[in-house]
Amino acid sequence: MERRKFLIQVAKASAAALVVSGTGIWLANRRVEEDETLYRIPDYSVPRDLLAQDFVVARGDDPQGMVEAAVRTMGGIDKFISPGDRVLIKPNVGFDRPPILGATTSPGVVAAVVRLCVEAGAGDVVVADNPINSPAASFARSGVGKAAKEAGGRVHYLSERDFKETMVGGVAITNFSAAVGILGNVSRVIGVPTLKDHNLSGMSFAMKNWYGLLGRGRNRFHQDIHNVIADLAFMLRPTLVIGDATRILMQNGPTGGSPSDVKPGGTIIVSTDAVAVDAFGIELLGRTIADCPSITLAAERGLGSANPNNLRFEEVAV
Amino acid sequence: MRAVRRIYQLFFLGLFFVLLYVATYDRLGGYPVRLFLDSDPLVAVGTVLSTGTLYRALWYGIPILVLTIFLGRFYCGWICPLGTLQDLVSRLGRTTLKRKIEINSYRPYYKLKYLILLAFLTMAVLGVLQVGLLDPIVLLTRAMSTSILPSIDRGDGLLFLSPRDFHLGWIAGLLLVAVLVAAFLRPRLWCKLLCPLGALLGFFSRWSVFHIRRAIEGCDDCRVCVGHCRAGAEPDVSLRKSECMLLFNCRETCPTDAITFGPDGEGLAYVVPGPDLSRRRITGALLAGLAAPLLIRSRQPVVENPRPYLIRPPGSLPEPEFLERCIKCEACMQICPTNVLQPAMTEAGVEGFWSPVLKNTIGYCEVNCVLCGEVCPTGAIQRITLDQKQGRGEYEGRPVVLGTAFFDRGRCLPWAMNRPCVVCQEVCPTSPKAIKTEEVVVTENGRSIRLKRPQVVPDLCIGCGICEYACPVIDRRAVYVTSVGESRSKKNVMILEK
Repeated sequence: MERRKFLIQVAKASAAALVVSGTGIWLANRRVEEDETLYRIPDYSVPRDLLAQDFVVARGDDPQGMVEAAVRTMGGIDKFISPGDRVLIKPNVGFDRPPILGATTSPGVVAAVVRLCVEAGAGDVVVADNPINSPAASFARSGVGKAAKEAGGRVHYLSERDFKETMVGGVAITNFSAAVGILGNVSRVIGVPTLKDHNLSGMSFAMKNWYGLLGRGRNRFHQDIHNVIADLAFMLRPTLVIGDATRILMQNGPTGGSPSDVKPGGTIIVSTDAVAVDAFGIELLGRTIADCPSITLAAERGLGSANPNNLRFEEVAV
Repeated sequence: MRAVRRIYQLFFLGLFFVLLYVATYDRLGGYPVRLFLDSDPLVAVGTVLSTGTLYRALWYGIPILVLTIFLGRFYCGWICPLGTLQDLVSRLGRTTLKRKIEINSYRPYYKLKYLILLAFLTMAVLGVLQVGLLDPIVLLTRAMSTSILPSIDRGDGLLFLSPRDFHLGWIAGLLLVAVLVAAFLRPRLWCKLLCPLGALLGFFSRWSVFHIRRAIEGCDDCRVCVGHCRAGAEPDVSLRKSECMLLFNCRETCPTDAITFGPDGEGLAYVVPGPDLSRRRITGALLAGLAAPLLIRSRQPVVENPRPYLIRPPGSLPEPEFLERCIKCEACMQICPTNVLQPAMTEAGVEGFWSPVLKNTIGYCEVNCVLCGEVCPTGAIQRITLDQKQGRGEYEGRPVVLGTAFFDRGRCLPWAMNRPCVVCQEVCPTSPKAIKTEEVVVTENGRSIRLKRPQVVPDLCIGCGICEYACPVIDRRAVYVTSVGESRSKKNVMILEK
């Protein structure tokens, strides 16, 4: 019996030793497969030849009417949004600031854009931004959250899990963390930036608006800001840009802070070309293209036109 | 009665968590998020002793004290969410009646809680308010806000949109875990041994008209009641009113129905009215309470020698008055939308351990927000309006200043390395901006670079810290805020007033 007991013990010990060493050998040879496929942002643009115009400026003081008239002149919303489309509307809601300070897109303009998309039969209209200040606070104080919801859209606060490393492939940024959680789920993107002074880049408007789709580490962009802004125009080909210059933050941007920094603008700019929108915007700020180098940098890379007058240009009064 | 009590317990526990869940910017809606802290009698008594006033809604604690005078410690058994959590943990263990009798019997050292309370209250009279270290509502709020909830959701959107981090928050969490582990070993050990709120209510139970009673005739001394008494109140001999939490376990489990609830009467066993404290022990506790403030304050006063990283939330009282009020509940940290409010470790001295300080590397003070003062139950952070904070209207030109920003030119990219940056200037929320830039052209390797170099305008800086928060030199920021210039102090100033 003693011998038998001993043999059983040896057998058990050997089995255990085999499992341990087998696991060890398996682990030692194991390599964790890294997911090296980076997300690429799709092209959301529509063919130019279907459109009536490339660039429309609406003047007036009724945001709703101006947005509607400008989009109609472009060829109508159905050229951009088909029934069932899932649309991301990207306003500038960067700061926890009331509309009067001009640091964020006017709620009225966002509401008008949302309404157009809903009326065109969009399946989902989501309004999102990645603000500098707290998302809930920024959407609440700017009035954009409420306006978007009342117009039939949905507000999405970007959370940590929406961001994923993304291929940008630009001059200054190669890969960066982007809001894939939302960009990957939509078929159309409409930028609704607001025209603002910016000390370092010269201006914050259409191209710089895409900042709000990127995540952590954005604060390094300032070291090469003009190339970064041009890279953003390369990274994101929007369906449409609807620039809000109904009021303009002339100084102390991009945060503002005093109503005296803001002046009325009475203008809505609609185009598929973010570079051209910026080129038009810089003049409304009373500056020239030389004050905002990203426009020329982007145009030289063929990302758009630095001169809207070279495009099919139309101006409407509302 | 036991079933009714359990329903109450679960209701209040649920209410506690719901109010905690909505106490964040994303879910604001006018909910009474301060309810549990406002109605905590120990917070009321502690701050009354330290300040001579009853702040805002702290009178909610008075009805609870009054009811305790008639009924005894119903709060512990029916309302306190920490008590309920302990009860839930205790249910995990199953054991024999013999063992239950052993672990649920009264121990003489349970009187420790009364001594702790006496020492705390003595300290409060001398202006050192530490009741919050062990107050159950404060303890639970603190552990949840700075440790448990931030660990449950790392920014997945369920509770928070981005991960919330609290410097050494796990210490508060560990204290809660310790309380619950202790409850697993011995039901409500925390309540019986340490809880200062329980002790306060125990003192007030002395006069209670209604209480648990044992009929001498009819009791066959089986001691089943002791086995089920989680409060250690000895219902089998002479009920200790100061310990009884009105759990009704004894009444429900008594095989002969000898235990009832009601006023004193004929044929009932003697009831012990108050805790058995000798004069020696009381004197000892009072002496400890007198000595502690002397030890704690044996340092140069913070007023004369300001601490650079002691940056208090907007609306905070001057430091001595602040410390007379702050109970370290961390309600302000839970509500703060940017996570800038952090539990102090050494920044505010021993006395200010766990009190709120701003850490601008983690967040910044949002100019459009006054929520911390809104949720502070004791007024350490006063309620202020946005106009007051921003210096508008009747406060024109006198915004609340938390400190002043300074540049570390040896680390600032445009200053030290000729690299463009000025993120600080972009995010600066004041108008005109408190960071101005100076344009320079430098030549490096034969190439000329146009640069903007930032500088602080001290008269405009409000010390919100967003420059420090946004600075890309992320390990040690090239711009940082220190407390000098804070509007709550008349001495912590550097600029000659105009």
